[in-house]
Amino acid sequence: MTLVVVTVMPKKGVLDPQGQAVQGALQHMGFGDVSDVRVGKRIELEIGGSDPAGQATKMCEDLLANNLIEDYSVEVPG
Amino acid sequence: MSQPRVAVLRFPGTLDHESAARAVEGVGAEPVFTHHEDAALPDGTVAVVIPGGFSYGDHLRPGALASRTPIMGAVKAHAAGGGRVLGICNGFQILCESGLLPGVLRPNASLSFICRQAELEVADSGTAWTGGRAEGETLSIPFKHHDGAWFGDPGSTRVVLRYRGENPNGSIDKIAGISNLAGNVMGLMPHPEEAQDPLLGSVDGRVLFAALVA
Repeated sequence: MTLVVVTVMPKKGVLDPQGQAVQGALQHMGFGDVSDVRVGKRIELEIGGSDPAGQATKMCEDLLANNLIEDYSVEVPG
Repeated sequence: MSQPRVAVLRFPGTLDHESAARAVEGVGAEPVFTHHEDAALPDGTVAVVIPGGFSYGDHLRPGALASRTPIMGAVKAHAAGGGRVLGICNGFQILCESGLLPGVLRPNASLSFICRQAELEVADSGTAWTGGRAEGETLSIPFKHHDGAWFGDPGSTRVVLRYRGENPNGSIDKIAGISNLAGNVMGLMPHPEEAQDPLLGSVDGRVLFAALVA
C-alpha cells in the first residue's frame, strides 16, 4: 500500500465564502496580519497496485475535484 | 388507458420524494420510486424526477456521489434519447455533477441555509417547463438550501428561471433554474413540489410537473 495525499483547493478567483468567514474571525481575534484565507480539503488514500499517483490523478479527474471550481494536487510523501 | 410512469429517484439521504410523488400524481401520472443501485429505469418510464434532500450527506460536494451511481447511467441514456428529466434542489446539484447540466452549485454567498418563498421570473418561455408562461411572468415557489449558488457559463445553457429582486444566494446572473440546450433536462433550486396546493400559498409549481407528461 502506498499513501497518496490529494489536496483540493478552491480555484484562485472563485469566491471562497468559507475562507472569507475564517479570515473575518481571525481578524476579530486580533490576527490582523492575515490578508487572505482559503479553505480546501486534504484526502488521504491508501492505494495498492501500480502507479498509485496516476490512479489518484484519475480519481481527482473523475470524482474528487470539480475542475470548474477546484484545483487539486497529488503527492506521494516518502 | 394506463397512466404514464414517472420514475422518482431515491438515494440515501433523499428527503422530498413523497412530496414529489404527490405532485406527479397531481398531473395524472404514476410515480415509481426508483433505487439508486438499479441499473435501469422502470419499464415504461416516460420521465424522471430527481427530488431534493441531502444524498450521501452532501459528502465531498453536494450531488457528487449520487451522480456516480448506477441509476444515473440509465438517466443519462434516457436524456440522450430526448426523455425529460427534472432535478430539484439536490436533484439539480446531481444533474450538474453528472454533466447532464452545465455548471455547479456552490455554497450560498452568506454561508447560511436559506428557506423562504421566492418570486421567480420566467427568463426563457421556449421550454416546456414553464407551461407557456411568457418571459417576465412570475412563478412563486419556495426554496430551502445551503448550496444554491449556480456557477458556470450562462452561455452554455438555457436560463429558464431567475430570482426576482435581490440575489438571495450569490448565483451567477441570479439564476434559479436552467435547462440543457435541447430543453429536455431541467434543474432548479426552488421546490415546485411544495407549490402544488392553494393551502400552501401557491400552485405555480404545477407547470414544472405538467411538463413531465406534456
